[in-house]
Amino acid sequence: MKKSWKEIPEGGLIVEPHTSLENKTGTWRSFRPVWDPQKCIHCMFCVFYCPDNAIPITKDDKPKRLDTNLDYCKGCGICANVCPTKAIEMVEEGDDQ
Amino acid sequence: MRKALTGAYAAAEAMRQINPDVVAAYPITPQTPIMERFAYFVNNGLVDTELIRVESEHSAMSAVVGASAAGARAMTATSSVGLALMFEVVNVASGLRLPIVMNVVNRALSAPINIHGDHSDSMACRDAGWIQIYSENPQEVYEHTLLAIKLSEDHDILLPSMIMQDGFITSHSVEPVDVLDDEVVKQFVGEFKPKHSLLFDKNPLTVGALELYDYFFETKRQQEEAMNVVKQKYYSYAEELSKLTGNKYPMVEKYFLDDAEVAIVALNSAVSTTKVVVDRLRAEGKKVGLLKIRLFRPFPYEEVQDALKNVKFVGVLDRSFSFGADAPVFAEIKNALYDLEVKPKLQSYIFGLGGRELYERDIENAFNQLLSGDVSKEKRYLNLRE
Ligand code: SF4
Ligand code: SF4
Repeated sequence: MKKSWKEIPEGGLIVEPHTSLENKTGTWRSFRPVWDPQKCIHCMFCVFYCPDNAIPITKDDKPKRLDTNLDYCKGCGICANVCPTKAIEMVEEGDDQ
Repeated sequence: MRKALTGAYAAAEAMRQINPDVVAAYPITPQTPIMERFAYFVNNGLVDTELIRVESEHSAMSAVVGASAAGARAMTATSSVGLALMFEVVNVASGLRLPIVMNVVNRALSAPINIHGDHSDSMACRDAGWIQIYSENPQEVYEHTLLAIKLSEDHDILLPSMIMQDGFITSHSVEPVDVLDDEVVKQFVGEFKPKHSLLFDKNPLTVGALELYDYFFETKRQQEEAMNVVKQKYYSYAEELSKLTGNKYPMVEKYFLDDAEVAIVALNSAVSTTKVVVDRLRAEGKKVGLLKIRLFRPFPYEEVQDALKNVKFVGVLDRSFSFGADAPVFAEIKNALYDLEVKPKLQSYIFGLGGRELYERDIENAFNQLLSGDVSKEKRYLNLRE
């Protein structure tokens, strides 16, 4: 939850380090990528193309992609566009969240 | 000690005693004698201030913003188009909650170019988030500057302040000014203790970061709250200063108002002129009074309402336009009276633009109109060639 006006430092000051971790930039998104693990062949196309590094992978010799990190995903749809198996569908953000 | 000072020198005298860490300024008529005098103090080692001579007012305000964010007590002064050139950074100062104190010597905005006094400069900044205090004479310039330091630097306030005086009429006229001892002022203003500062905070501090729709609104809401706190704390600081000077600093000052049937509202030097007329008309048995506005931001709505609630006709003097709308002071007075069951009838008077004289007879004419109930919804103009 974002803080109320009574809880933040005055003047927009940032008075401690590491506050960028609180800044979840994914709030800009108007479309959300929905990933279907059944269709995914873990080719890593989406991982390399994602401009926000928002698709995590396992740390293996043969890495597997994991579900999208929606804290940072901007909903640009590039992943859905490059996916060879159509494993990603772009769904409009709405009340279902 | 009693000294013969102009309004400009009274401001400089207050600055000398406050001994700010940093002052940055650019010369502009009629502010120039403030900085000219202060530069003399710097040159003669009477203050410890770092005086930065910048290439424009935009840079002057930028330099004091930087100094204040760093943790310095920072001051400046300006006039007219100088204030207009500062405008971008004037809003940065309040937005960053930096307790900068600035003397403004009121002068008309261009065009036509004009060096004389009216209030179009400071009134154009009335929504910039600064505390605004208007001064009747050099004595008040001196005392308001001290008061502003206390208000601005309060950690529950942290808003910059402008202290206004009329160009030439006040800034260049010598009057006797009672000046406190240096040591008394030093005790009163105390050592500057910034709440946060780039130089002295233990944690790394970011000043001026981007805020979009997710936090900007909350930050602005805080500024509004700080203005509310100014009203709550104003009188504790005003009384502290009163104990030293023997003078009073009500947000609005009533002059023969308690039994007045008609009243004029004014600020800055027009107050003194109006007092002379009130004295004369009172001697003739006419029930006239005056309301002086000292604090314009935050605006003391309740105090104005209370002061004017029993008056039948009120004339409001404005030394500036808000073109196409009610003039700045008039609009606030009208707002303040809205909640009254029985409202005084109002008349807006515009006067003195570009330094046009305001004669006693102009004020007397206005009082006579008010006394005969002759008011209208149209603006009226004092000493204008029709
Ligand atoms: S929609 Fe864009 S930002 Fe989000 S995961 Fe796909 S490529 Fe990355
Ligand atoms: S591009 Fe498609 S198939 Fe390849 S890893 Fe991403 S989701 Fe899986």
